[in-house]
Amino acid sequence: MAFEPKIIGFLCNWCSYSGADLAGVSRIKSAPNVRVIRTMCSGRVDPTFILKAFQLGADGVVVMGCHPGDCHYQEGNYKTMRRIPFLKKLIKDFGIEPERLRLEWVSASEGDRYATVVNEFTEEIRKLGPIKHPSCKVKLEQI
Amino acid sequence: MDKPKLALYWAASCGGCEIAVLDIQEKILDVANAFDIVFWPVAMDFKYDDVRKMEDKSIDICLFNGAIRNSENEEIAHLLRQKSKVLVAFGSCAYEGGIPGLANLSTKEEMLNFVYKESPSTISNNNGLPQTHYKVNEGEIEIPELYEYVKPLKDVVDVDYYIPGCPPQPEQIWNVIEYILSGKPLPPAGSVLGAGDKTCCDECPRERKEKKIKEFHRPYEIIPNPDECLLDQGIICMGPATRSGCGALCVKANVPCRGCYGAPPNCLDQGAKMISALSSVIDAHSPEEIEQILGTITDAVGTFYRFSLPYSILKRRVVQ
Ligand code: SF4
Ligand code: SF4
Ligand code: FES
Repeated sequence: MAFEPKIIGFLCNWCSYSGADLAGVSRIKSAPNVRVIRTMCSGRVDPTFILKAFQLGADGVVVMGCHPGDCHYQEGNYKTMRRIPFLKKLIKDFGIEPERLRLEWVSASEGDRYATVVNEFTEEIRKLGPIKHPSCKVKLEQI
Repeated sequence: MDKPKLALYWAASCGGCEIAVLDIQEKILDVANAFDIVFWPVAMDFKYDDVRKMEDKSIDICLFNGAIRNSENEEIAHLLRQKSKVLVAFGSCAYEGGIPGLANLSTKEEMLNFVYKESPSTISNNNGLPQTHYKVNEGEIEIPELYEYVKPLKDVVDVDYYIPGCPPQPEQIWNVIEYILSGKPLPPAGSVLGAGDKTCCDECPRERKEKKIKEFHRPYEIIPNPDECLLDQGIICMGPATRSGCGALCVKANVPCRGCYGAPPNCLDQGAKMISALSSVIDAHSPEEIEQILGTITDAVGTFYRFSLPYSILKRRVVQ
């Protein structure tokens, strides 16, 4: 069976989730590989969630938040801006390709941008293939 | 009434946990009075066969220190589980893999090659690696097999309690022993004993201010102010991601906490917790500056998981 990437998307409620919604109502086509989890802010995405997503078998994780300066909680997305490159370094030390983790700013009016990000990231993960870390055994369809 | 039976064992560990038990000092005599010590390889002459002959569940408490690194460690873990009513993972290595767990950043092959072939101080005549079986005149010798990865005790047998620390602090060991001797009902299985339920920062006497960090330093690079939070001064201190219980020993000696009491309650991963904590205090608002400040952190994985790598979410490095 051809490999279909399983991607977890953590989307901030105020911007990116609305952006995804807009992509939907505007009928912009985007890859169905991203399983969306809505969070109140990108800053709510604890680094544990991301490691856990990989452990549970995600091939890629994308975090989307409001553009810098636009966070509803002022500083939330700046924390995210620091966490994601930090986590990329960490997963690299564990032997997981840092490209499997991505941060994107998507506003509520950027439905087309949402679709582009999702399509590009899905293709990138497709090229990388399934996650190969032995601690990441459980497959997403089992949960 | 017979005295309760106590066993102590060491698997992949340094011996520090054994010393910590002796560090309860003259109270060790109370332990010897209260318990019948039936197995303690480091201090008394017992053989594995003595344990094999015991009835199942005849040992009341077994304090097991050390990680599972080879087939002998695992075999004895199973044996002691079978013979013990209460099995305690004693110290960081048994609880979370400990310092030996850092070996999970290398493969077995990389390690053996380095130690037996490549290290500058090794003269390797035949490029030989240790074998598990070897024939001599008297017969065949079998030595334990080194495993691919280090595991905490809980990965090979059911564990009743955990006592963290590298090594556990003597007062805390005594508290646990005293509690058990008191005959009070034992805490629920799976509990962490001999430690607190907050973080090391909660026990730390240093003054904390609003943190704004532009650069991280390794402890030897600066002389830290003895009264201010080390993290405020840019030294990576594991206090926020470490369980309380030691009384902030290291920080009181002007060195950062290295995380030996393991993750605090409700925290699954010390590294994730540290990334979260440090990301809140790095003073930068552009990707370039963030990258530059992160570049001043040396060996994040080895620092954040110094004692808990095999217990963490990802557990080990893989070679792609
Ligand atoms: S980070 Fe370290 S020095 Fe600062 S309060 Fe916590 S334990 Fe103390
Ligand atoms: S300060 Fe940290 S490293 Fe030192 S004994 Fe306490 S928990 Fe362990
Ligand atoms: S509210 Fe959208 S990133 Fe904080």
